[in-house]
Amino acid sequence: MDLMTNLMPAGAEIFMLVMACVILIADLLIKQSGRLVTYLLVQLTLLGCALITVGTHENGVVYAFHGMFVDDLMSDVLKLLTYLAVSMMLIYSRQYLTVRGLFSGEFMVLAMFATLGMMVMISANHFLTLYLGLEVLSLSLYAMVALQRDSAVATEAAMKYFILGALASGLLLYGMSMLYGATGSLELGAVSSAIKSGAADKDLLVFGLVFVVSGLAFKLGAVPFHMWVPDVYHGAPTAMTMLIGSAPKLAAFAFVARILVEGLQPLVQHWSGMLIILAIGSMALGNITAIAQTNLKRMFAYSTIAHMGFMLLGLLSGDIEGYGAAMFYTVIYVLMSLGAFGIIMLLSREGFEADTLNDFKGLNQRSPWLAFMMLLLMFSMAGVPPTVGFYAKFSVLNAVVQAGHIWLAVIAVLFSLIGAFYYLRIVKLMYFDAPESHAPIEVNSDSAFLLSVNSLGVLLLGLLPGTLMSVCAVSVQQSLLLH
Amino acid sequence: MIFGLPIISVAIWLPILFGILVLATGDDKNAPLARILALVGSVLGFLVTIPLYTGFVNDTSEMQFVELHDWIARFNIHYHLGVDGISVLFILLTAFFTPLVVLAGWQVIEKRVAQYMASFLIMSGIMIGVFAALDSILFYVFWEAMLIPMFLIIGIWGGKNRVYAAVKFFLYTLLGSLLMLVALIYLYNQSGGSFAILDFHKVELPMTAQILIFVAFFFAFAVKVPMFPVHTWLPDAHVEAPTGGSVVLAAIMLKVGAYGFLRFSMPITPDASHYLSGVMIALSLIAVVYIGLVALMQTDMKKLVAYSSISHMGFVTLGFFIFNAYGMEGALLQMISHGFVSGALFLCIGVLYDRMHSRNIADYGGVANTMPVFAAFFMLFAMANVGLPGTSGFVGEFMVILGAVKVNFWYAFAAATTLIFGAAYTLWMYKRVIFGAVANHHVAELTDLTLREKVIFAILAVTVLGMGLYPLPFSEIMHVSVNDLLVHVARSKLPL
Repeated sequence: MDLMTNLMPAGAEIFMLVMACVILIADLLIKQSGRLVTYLLVQLTLLGCALITVGTHENGVVYAFHGMFVDDLMSDVLKLLTYLAVSMMLIYSRQYLTVRGLFSGEFMVLAMFATLGMMVMISANHFLTLYLGLEVLSLSLYAMVALQRDSAVATEAAMKYFILGALASGLLLYGMSMLYGATGSLELGAVSSAIKSGAADKDLLVFGLVFVVSGLAFKLGAVPFHMWVPDVYHGAPTAMTMLIGSAPKLAAFAFVARILVEGLQPLVQHWSGMLIILAIGSMALGNITAIAQTNLKRMFAYSTIAHMGFMLLGLLSGDIEGYGAAMFYTVIYVLMSLGAFGIIMLLSREGFEADTLNDFKGLNQRSPWLAFMMLLLMFSMAGVPPTVGFYAKFSVLNAVVQAGHIWLAVIAVLFSLIGAFYYLRIVKLMYFDAPESHAPIEVNSDSAFLLSVNSLGVLLLGLLPGTLMSVCAVSVQQSLLLH
Repeated sequence: MIFGLPIISVAIWLPILFGILVLATGDDKNAPLARILALVGSVLGFLVTIPLYTGFVNDTSEMQFVELHDWIARFNIHYHLGVDGISVLFILLTAFFTPLVVLAGWQVIEKRVAQYMASFLIMSGIMIGVFAALDSILFYVFWEAMLIPMFLIIGIWGGKNRVYAAVKFFLYTLLGSLLMLVALIYLYNQSGGSFAILDFHKVELPMTAQILIFVAFFFAFAVKVPMFPVHTWLPDAHVEAPTGGSVVLAAIMLKVGAYGFLRFSMPITPDASHYLSGVMIALSLIAVVYIGLVALMQTDMKKLVAYSSISHMGFVTLGFFIFNAYGMEGALLQMISHGFVSGALFLCIGVLYDRMHSRNIADYGGVANTMPVFAAFFMLFAMANVGLPGTSGFVGEFMVILGAVKVNFWYAFAAATTLIFGAAYTLWMYKRVIFGAVANHHVAELTDLTLREKVIFAILAVTVLGMGLYPLPFSEIMHVSVNDLLVHVARSKLPL
């Protein structure tokens, strides 16, 4: 009975792990021509996880494994969105990977382990579980980036990613050990109450905090710890870029929220000051450098840096309103970024990557529908209503103003203006310029359909954003800062 | 409501739905269908706004035809629409121009017809939304959404330098809007959690906050008006936009900025408005006089009319910031009249451009010989632009000058110079284009107006003359709202 109460909250993780092992073995028996079976099994696993997550949902917060693991509304919502994002990633990239010979069992199993890592990160309530989840995710991603063995760029990207990622993990662990030394606990709730009681050594805490925040900034790709982002985004095959740029951001949000809010809320005035610097730096560097890029994947890498900076604005306001806004921002960002990379893959063919700006020239003449979908995504990333990107920015700005940092809101909108330029440039290329190539665009129907749903979703959520906003706000309210 | 229909919603969404329908007709094989659908949509769109005028109650400043629904409950944002005497006329103006724009692009636009027509229909709905929104976030959504179709219109169907103009237009206006957004969020937090514009009107604010908010709004609205010195996007955008784009820009989009001053800046920050009125008046007079002189030197017809628009809009902001009923009503009438007149002038230039593919004044001369009917219409609109009594242009300018005299003679004096400069640049252009001997063989080959063009110009001519001779239907509808606004603005909102 006691075992069951521990296992139930982690049901989805266990199922994912079991299925990953099963698929790993089963895939050995499947020929390359039957790889679709593996693909469908993965999709079914994701569906199964979703059902388990919904089925095991309980009101309130449930702790398991002596407080190492937590199952609350925020974790359930984020996990469901993670399954969705991973599943969309698989659909988008099937064709792309098939023509490149990367549509293999390893890819799918690694994707499953990455998902498992994200799930553990989302539900972790203990420094060790957090670290465990993070490493499961990161190691899978390193391997995925390197999956295209004969590509020098991809290998270089994987090396960079691995070395810098390992460094960041080291920083994080070092910071965690400081916090452990100061508070005598690794469990987030206990850390929080130890700090609140005033018994912990303040200097040691702040020292540890600096390392923890640096490690987090590394993982998020915030300036000045952003150097790996452009190279990895650029070098990795687009399908891997899409995976790195989408679902892990949800996990990263949970990760940051768990550590900074659940564990270190009493130190809020210390870390919010650090986040201000990270946020402004990211928005400035991300938006300005993106203008100079000619490679679309690199441009989106800098755009991600800028978006993460904006998301940090929500967190640094230090209240529940801001955390809800940051979560909403992250969810919307993931949705937009899936669509944007989806289009790049959709336009790619065998031996041709549609990842430079020039490849988008005159898209409106070649395929008005795809151009319109991209237009919606770009305006959404720029934060122009009536797309949902506006409400993401809006809710973060609202949190910032409510926290009394009006100047910060003004800085944020000025950098958004700069950011609007390069999104606008893509629209300009698609609509105002003549196409460079007239090669017919062959799209496979499932990803084209998904792209339409994705982009129109950006528009529809923009017309009726209320529900998703409330879901994010409520799940944060019911999960964070309860003790 | 009539027949239980929410009229404003219908006026907003009907053109947008037709726009989507037109888009669905696909590529240029179906162009005739797209044109007809667009015309039907735009005419229906205009017809549904007529009950707003006929059913309008003149003797109250309350919002009418109000629609109020929850939209984003979390931030207390509502789908809140309504009109008062200030906004109702602009809704009609917007809907009135859409069919004309569709007709004006009927033959000229040959590539991507469906996208062109759909952009205008969708924009028409969005602009009506701007004028009718009573919730500031709803307003902001419409306000920004307006940029997307206009950006595409300038960039796809514009002239040589269209990309530069489109991007400049977009970024200029986005800068203003984003600062306004921060101001709106600040007001939301000050007003105790409401985004309703009418609630903002009641919020007490200290002077510093008022000035900062005023400045944020100023950026948003002054760029759109456009006021000196943030006017430089307008000549570019106008010159490069296709005829329909110029018409919509001049006739309606410029009015959106001025409307913003009346709906947001003045009632929300009355003390800052008074405090900064000197600056505003100075900027307005610079626009009137200096830009008038700039217009005189233009060699490109469209640019000339664009500068003339800026100069005329200077009149409008002058009328607002002298804070009396003559000034404000005059300014509103001027806005409507300028909508008709500048729209008509751009259509005139469009007619010439379609035939000659040149906007250079120097390429013309003696057009009256080959296009007499056109010359007559053009004359009427040129005179209205000058402000000749009997045309719509006269009424507004006269009232603003009258209002200005009451405040300071020299304001009125400077403003009145526009009557001279306006006459100079308009008539000089007219003379060089229309009169004289036939300049070259291109002019000699010109054909006069087609029936379609005659219909467009006849409708506009009747309106311009009608409004000039009998402005009462326009002024009586705004009277109570304007007075109420002035009373509101006269009251200090500083906390005691």
